[in-house]
Amino acid sequence: MKVIELHRSVTASNDADAEALRAELKKKGTLLINLMSSPGSGKTTLLSRTIQDLKAELKIAVLEADIESAVDAERIEALGARAIQVHTDGMCHMDAGMTREGLEAMGLEEIDLAFLENVGNLICPAEYDTGAGRNVMILSVPEGDDKPLKYPLMFQKSDALVITKMDALDYFGFDLEQCRKRAKHLNPDIEIFPVSAKSGQGMNEWEEWLKKETAAWKE
Amino acid sequence: MHEMGIVMHLAKTLDELAEEQNIAKIGSVTLQVGEVSGIMTDLFTDAWDYFKVRHPVLSESQLKLETIKAYTFCENCGKTYETVRFGKTCPYCESGETYLVTGNQCIIKEIEAEENEEGQ
Repeated sequence: MKVIELHRSVTASNDADAEALRAELKKKGTLLINLMSSPGSGKTTLLSRTIQDLKAELKIAVLEADIESAVDAERIEALGARAIQVHTDGMCHMDAGMTREGLEAMGLEEIDLAFLENVGNLICPAEYDTGAGRNVMILSVPEGDDKPLKYPLMFQKSDALVITKMDALDYFGFDLEQCRKRAKHLNPDIEIFPVSAKSGQGMNEWEEWLKKETAAWKE
Repeated sequence: MHEMGIVMHLAKTLDELAEEQNIAKIGSVTLQVGEVSGIMTDLFTDAWDYFKVRHPVLSESQLKLETIKAYTFCENCGKTYETVRFGKTCPYCESGETYLVTGNQCIIKEIEAEENEEGQ
């Protein structure tokens, strides 16, 4: 037996797969956005509204990752967007290999903007690069403004934070300024969008950001 | 479940390495795990035992785990302190302007390997 010194990160092979996928998506002109959040944060509701508002301007597809079921993909397809459901078979996150398989099965022809709805979990998805061009975290008002303190990595890895269910702000004592301060402390560059998919509040700013990022990805 | 994902990546990396370097069997894998990497070492060992039998190169391998201590640096006073003991707040000046220097890694340090006899 000989000893081979490696000093290589365990996720090195995933990081390489992710870089390759990102480069291919860049060439295709498809911006993949990795959406991360806890279960019940309103990801699918936010996406439904976003698709309705943007579908005239952008070709959108959604990759739904869940441990089980296909309810999310069915909701998205009902809106006329392309969708595929990926089952992670018990895994708590999506990695670059699974993301690639899902995207290839769905097909990305003419797609400008693809969302990956990662498994509802604030810990593991932040540790695995999926190959997405942008990472977005969704935090809903009922979850509380202290989440940046508890799940710092997720906030550090995200390019944008969407705070959903803003229509419920008064019921939950959610301190928006405090949350903003905590998130910016962890990640000074993070863009923050407080929205309500129900009332439409803040949706315009979020959608403008998506359009800007999609256009920038094609350059 | 988190450990399972990491083990899958580890097994894949080692399979690729074995192919690259003409390795027939891996005898042991030494992994350095950071104190704040979020990896539970006993769960990790269980996941490893479950997966290794599915990879011929790894089936008889032994997993050796080493701990990397976690340290945080304080930008306010310039001191370094133990993360597990004090968390994000500096024990010297109570500032929150701190960042983790080391301790969240999971690194494959080395493997013991047996090469294929027929050479190339």
